[in-house]
Amino acid sequence: MSAPKLVLSDPKAHRFEVNRAALVDPEVFRREQERVFERCWLYVGHESEVRKPGDFRTRTVCGRPILLCRDASNALRVFLNTCRHRGTVVCREAEGNAERYTCFYHGWTYDRDGKLYAVPGQSAYPPSFDRAQLGLKEPPRVDSYRGFVFLNFDPDAAELKSYLGKAVEYIDLILDQSPSGRMEVIHGTQEYDIKANWKLLVENSYDDYHLLTTHSTWLDYLKSSGVEIARPEKGHVLPSHGLGKDLGDGHGTTDNINFRGRPVAKWIPIYGEAAKPELERIRSEVTARLGAERAQRVCDTNRNLLVFPNLVLLDGSSVSVRSFQPLAPDRMRVRAWALGPAEETPLARQVRLDSFLTFYGPGGFATPDDIEALESVQQGLGAYKEVQWSPLTRGMAKEGEQLNTDEAHLRAFWTQWAKLMAS
Amino acid sequence: MKPIGREAVEDFLYREAALLDAWKLDEWLELLAEDATYRVPSNDRPDSDPRSALFTIADDIRRIRARVARLKDPHAHAESPRSRTRRMISNVRITGRDPLTVEANFVIHRFRGNDDVRQYVGRYRYVLTPEMRIRSREAILESMELGALGTVSFIL
Repeated sequence: MSAPKLVLSDPKAHRFEVNRAALVDPEVFRREQERVFERCWLYVGHESEVRKPGDFRTRTVCGRPILLCRDASNALRVFLNTCRHRGTVVCREAEGNAERYTCFYHGWTYDRDGKLYAVPGQSAYPPSFDRAQLGLKEPPRVDSYRGFVFLNFDPDAAELKSYLGKAVEYIDLILDQSPSGRMEVIHGTQEYDIKANWKLLVENSYDDYHLLTTHSTWLDYLKSSGVEIARPEKGHVLPSHGLGKDLGDGHGTTDNINFRGRPVAKWIPIYGEAAKPELERIRSEVTARLGAERAQRVCDTNRNLLVFPNLVLLDGSSVSVRSFQPLAPDRMRVRAWALGPAEETPLARQVRLDSFLTFYGPGGFATPDDIEALESVQQGLGAYKEVQWSPLTRGMAKEGEQLNTDEAHLRAFWTQWAKLMAS
Repeated sequence: MKPIGREAVEDFLYREAALLDAWKLDEWLELLAEDATYRVPSNDRPDSDPRSALFTIADDIRRIRARVARLKDPHAHAESPRSRTRRMISNVRITGRDPLTVEANFVIHRFRGNDDVRQYVGRYRYVLTPEMRIRSREAILESMELGALGTVSFIL
């Protein structure tokens, strides 16, 4: 018996449906690890998280223990955090600075460059034992784009830059917030689980159709604080015009006219009067540097970008880097950080962090309701054998531009996912 | 005037806990000073300043009031239906006199729907006014990350 189709797509008939088994079935989950996660470029971290020789961060990427660090020459390195002897995790701290990495089990010690530096009682090994061959292993491929570090478990994968494709344009728009083009991860990690399939968070991160109903209390909060929220135009559900874009190869983004506060640079009363001149200063710096047209793109649009498969860059109420690891068909671990210009003033940084919390994160005014939505979906999917298909057809009968409340960008994700799963 | 003793502080904290567990949020607001703050730092930066580090929650009094307004709205889906919580507060210590600073341990058991119990364990740091109003209130979680605790959708 052949496996059932997971995505039904027939654009001419305006048909696009996702088989709910894709979000529930353990066999799909297992195949997805091999066919999607072991072949795509996966986000590891940001170069600003490790700054000096010996700095390190440990984290899990696609089930693998990963060490993100700086070597003796301060080059950025990524190692598989497993001792070549028996497999112990050699670095057991979340972050810090190390002269060497010593496995506590039998004492094998690696230097900052990953070389095996010392082995207690080495003379008992046969002559063929070669320390030079037993350094910490690196993932098959590691590369970075403007500070964002990725790995790939497929040695034959395409170059990162070509993999990112048209997503690069949207990463660059975020980096243009910084006069020097350098953004840094700000201290403080939001790390939390959602009891839902990871692909539901992909959809949720750039599906704007849910905004009005899921986040009405957030909109009320903005309104009551003095933000003007326009009535949607006829036939629309949101207060401002926004697009949903298929960027190719599974990447996609929203591209919306801003109506909320933005640290770069749209002041709202929540930021306080004292911040007003600072935001005006930021806007004029961006305009002087980039010209009026691009400055408007940087300052007056919100974009939620999906870098296929599991990295989301949110540029709205603040900038957030969000990556998520599937743990089980119905569970994921989310890690989210705030990103800000390296040279930002203390006042601008304060506004950025405060604005972040108006919407994002596990204590924000919106994200907890997103999480509730995804967990409610996952519970509903318990009936996936009886209610098998979810339609994803918004905007499908329309020529030309696709809105952020349409589903063209979501279809782009699912199409790439189905392609990888089938190959 | 006799200085405020631990017993009075404990009575105050127990009363606050009872109001929060009962979702009497308007009455809880009355325990706050006009310039009160409520903070939950990120789990990996428990001793930080929200002006320079990302927090889970960093509310000034206006946002505390907005948070309460939101939580009372049935469209705050993460708490609709509401969690049931039960707080255990112990190890109460007066750590400073001018201003009055207090630390205490907490365990908050949270129940919702058919979800497993979630246990929020940590410590409180309070600054209280001489009139026993809350000037600042920080809930510092002990877990390395939120992880299985998921969100902080109710008031810790």
